[in-house]
Amino acid sequence: MIRVWLMQHGIVFFYTFKRLASTPVTALLSITVMGIALSLPTGVYVLMENLQSISGQAAGSPQISLFLKQDAQKEDIDKIQQRLQEDSQIVNYRFVSKDSALTQLQQSSGFTDITANLTYNPLPDAFVVHTRENTSDSLEQWKLTLQSWPEIAHVQFDSAWVDRLNALLKLGRSVVLMLATLLSIAIVAIMFNTIRLQILTKRDEIEISKLIGATDSFIQRPFLYFGAIQGLSGGITAWLIITWGIAVLNDELMPLAQLYDLDIQLQHLSLQDSISLLLFSAWLGWLGARISVASHLWQIEPE
Amino acid sequence: MIALKNVSKRYPDGYIALNNIELAVESGEMVFLTGHSGAGKSTLLKLIAAIECPTSGVITISGQNIAQLKPAAIPYLRRKIGFIFQDHKLLFDRNVFENVLLPLQISDFDSNTAMSRVRAALDKVGLLKKEKVMPITLSGGERQRLCIARAVVHRPAILIADEPTGNLDAEYARDIMTMFKSFNQVGVTVLIATHDASLLEDTQHRILSLKQGKLAA
Repeated sequence: MIRVWLMQHGIVFFYTFKRLASTPVTALLSITVMGIALSLPTGVYVLMENLQSISGQAAGSPQISLFLKQDAQKEDIDKIQQRLQEDSQIVNYRFVSKDSALTQLQQSSGFTDITANLTYNPLPDAFVVHTRENTSDSLEQWKLTLQSWPEIAHVQFDSAWVDRLNALLKLGRSVVLMLATLLSIAIVAIMFNTIRLQILTKRDEIEISKLIGATDSFIQRPFLYFGAIQGLSGGITAWLIITWGIAVLNDELMPLAQLYDLDIQLQHLSLQDSISLLLFSAWLGWLGARISVASHLWQIEPE
Repeated sequence: MIALKNVSKRYPDGYIALNNIELAVESGEMVFLTGHSGAGKSTLLKLIAAIECPTSGVITISGQNIAQLKPAAIPYLRRKIGFIFQDHKLLFDRNVFENVLLPLQISDFDSNTAMSRVRAALDKVGLLKKEKVMPITLSGGERQRLCIARAVVHRPAILIADEPTGNLDAEYARDIMTMFKSFNQVGVTVLIATHDASLLEDTQHRILSLKQGKLAA
């Protein structure tokens, strides 16, 4: 029984591809339209993801630098380390000794000249701390607490910068959501119309199938498959458009990055996001077909 | 097998196609339905296949009251019936083989069984050599035989034919009647609507005649 069922679906799947291939221009055009529509919100999303990762994940978990006094001793460092360890608000921390800080500074080009002229190491020992707190009020509170610890010279973070980036990213997310919603509706509408036309051209077949005892789900199946496959193809097109866009932008970014001596490279969608994109686009196609089938098939009743 | 009680059919424009029909067809019987065009023959056949609904009355097919069937159950009722339509209702974008395959495709047959059944049906109506041909190139008689093959391929218990010899010359018509008789001999209940009196001259089967929507004995 299951074997027959699978085979039935396999046949429909095959016929759907055949039908797509029988009108290659129409199929390619609507797949392209869907791909472009999907690539817009996805593209903005990709850019935002990159912005966030380039800005050092600052928005997600704020980074705080604790600078110790120049004369801080090994015991002081141990004491602070212990306190950090006990604090439940701290996600992780990293100790940067004054020596390693200087080495780092020497290695980062552009500063070589400056460091070469130094007669002593002016840098303090420091801790780089990531906390769970990310509202500016609680961060401010936290700053005060830290500053009261002994041997701490300076606590530094830019909460305004975090806020600004957060707000910007939030705005970006709203834009993505808006674009995605509008264009998803557009895709459903395109699919609705495509399937409507198909139903009209297959009127005879549908009517005869009904007359000889085809169930509604049998009649709907090819249209739903068609919608899902075309949606999926649109998703794949969008993915390819973004691949191309990233390649072009990376080429443009390269000289810029070299000028500023930065290591910037745009990343593509993660595997998980890519799969989500494909599943979502297939679902959109299916949904458009489903609505179209529901509103048109009942009109074709045998007379 | 087929029973109609007080069945009437009135169309929205007020035209009464069938008026208080009482009819019982036993299992394995072969019955002719005659009458002038417009007498209600086609309507009666369509009511039996649940293609149209009666305005009043009860229709039962093998004990099932079809007025009470849920819409989802109607396809399964239609699968018990092989219907030969007056206007053929062939698919002209598919070849002979694929046309006959359709009833098996919709009822989830596995492809090996389906293939052999289609060939058997085409063989019975003498179209086996034309399985790859498109219906548009077939003659009227061949199209009629193709319809018969499609109607019997899923081995229905009931075979209904609406003017199966409509535009055929006498020799073709006789061939087709012989086919119906052979189906009837293997136990299929056959119901044929025709206005062709010559078909009925030497038959021993029951003849029902419809006049202006009423059955005359």
